[in-house]
Amino acid sequence: MGTLSERILGASAGEYVDRVVDRAYVHDGTGVLTLEAWKSMGAKRIQDATHLHVLFDHIVPANNSTTATLQHELREFARGSFLHFSDIGGGICHQIMSEGVVLPGEVVVGADSHACTPGAFGAFATGVGATDMAAIWMTGETWFRVPESIGIHLSGTFTGAAEAKDLALTYVSRLGMDGATYRALEFIGDGTAALPMDDRLTLCNLAVETGAKAGMFYADDVTVQYLKTAGHTVKPQEAEPCTYIQEIDFDLSDIVPVIAVPPRVDTIKPVHDLAGLPLDQVFVGTCTNGRYADLARFARIVKGRKVAIRTIVVPASRAVLQEAIRTGVFADIVEAGCTIGTPGCGPCLGAHMGVLGEGEVCLSTANRNFKNRMGVGGEIYLSSVSTAAASALEGEISVPGVS
Amino acid sequence: MQGKGRAVCVGADIDTDLVIAGRYLRTKDHSVWVAHVFEDLDQSLTGRLNGAVIIAGKNFGCGSSREQAAIAIREAGVVAVVAPSFARIFFRNAINVGLPLIECDLTCRDGMGISFDLSEGWVEAGGKKFATRPLSPKMQEILLAGGLVSYWRTHG
Repeated sequence: MGTLSERILGASAGEYVDRVVDRAYVHDGTGVLTLEAWKSMGAKRIQDATHLHVLFDHIVPANNSTTATLQHELREFARGSFLHFSDIGGGICHQIMSEGVVLPGEVVVGADSHACTPGAFGAFATGVGATDMAAIWMTGETWFRVPESIGIHLSGTFTGAAEAKDLALTYVSRLGMDGATYRALEFIGDGTAALPMDDRLTLCNLAVETGAKAGMFYADDVTVQYLKTAGHTVKPQEAEPCTYIQEIDFDLSDIVPVIAVPPRVDTIKPVHDLAGLPLDQVFVGTCTNGRYADLARFARIVKGRKVAIRTIVVPASRAVLQEAIRTGVFADIVEAGCTIGTPGCGPCLGAHMGVLGEGEVCLSTANRNFKNRMGVGGEIYLSSVSTAAASALEGEISVPGVS
Repeated sequence: MQGKGRAVCVGADIDTDLVIAGRYLRTKDHSVWVAHVFEDLDQSLTGRLNGAVIIAGKNFGCGSSREQAAIAIREAGVVAVVAPSFARIFFRNAINVGLPLIECDLTCRDGMGISFDLSEGWVEAGGKKFATRPLSPKMQEILLAGGLVSYWRTHG
């Protein structure tokens, strides 16, 4: 009995538990501090590396010699201590963990705020900082306060050009930037069954933008089939009677294409209201919207046409890149005049590969539009892939057509 | 655990990008983070943080999990941060690096005297005493040790 969080963590909401972590991962950004903290704790070697992952995605390939030196140290450690290691070009940590690594019912901790993403598999997945992660490297476990859960009931199916990202921005707007702080979101209801894993990952990814600790779907036939392709046999999770601290409903057929305006993720407007706003750059990718289905949708819209402004497309992982090459999606994107980046986070955090200049405006499929995030004086609007594609073709914010 | 300092007021929903921008993260040199703390929020803050108690609005520290944000605030000399609520990853990070956080909704006036006692659960601002939400026993233990690194040095 209980919410998915209560069942996985084995205690009731509000209780504190020490829990063994099934999967723990860091990237090149947080990994450097994790290693430093781990050494400072007096640890000498990793006892059990089977559940520990180091994945380079934030600044790949390294942009300068300082970054390169930090990455070199972490790379040597990961290899020498037999942690699972994904070097540059492998892709975004959350995506790789979602390509057949994270399984239903697991406790997953990532040193990155968007580590809530693999909750889409029915896992309890959450983000921590570097020092917490160092303690997990040392002891294999960490403490949690079992969160209260918010039930997000989904019904119906998407209509028109609306997609999962529009629902994600809409629920963030409904809850607000701190509406779910310390809580978990559970996506439930008849509307979940028709959502593919890619959509579920997008929805769980944005959970942290409401302050939530986790965003979760119950594993069902879609999950079972997805993981079967990755070589895993898993069982669906049945919902049990439980108490939600809050419940909200969304009929997917009511969702319309929206945009989050800078500098807040919870401030949205219908795309229609912003149509005509001039853009300098479009960015398609990230742990929110860099998966194969996203690139395929983007390619369908731009195929045979030319983008009007600089447009950067970054696949979320090597597997995504390979699939997009195999199916011809990448050829369509390149022929449309887009620029391609190494699988990873790309310019999302403003470190490289598409930083904005003073006064520039970017439409991005990412999850954050905070002040100066992609470059000092640049402004970030957040949208779905379809809206990004339509806007790239026009050079201004444009309402996506129905495909 | 007790402390006191002068109030420095900031707003609500201060994200960790505003505390320390992504462009300054790729180093292990903490002085870089101290030099640029809050740069994108208000450049005048940087020089006023030594001995300060930051009084913030709700949801302080939301966004990125970057622990450099908590480290930068602590090493700039901030004694504690007071806010009605904190984003959960920042909350854990701050305790882990030994930066006291106090959950309390205060009306802030720059420069007013602030004192607090975490174990007793109160904060005094402008001569008035307010009750604060207590930290869990484990968090108090980590904070008393000076952070999670020191905690594990003695418990590991």
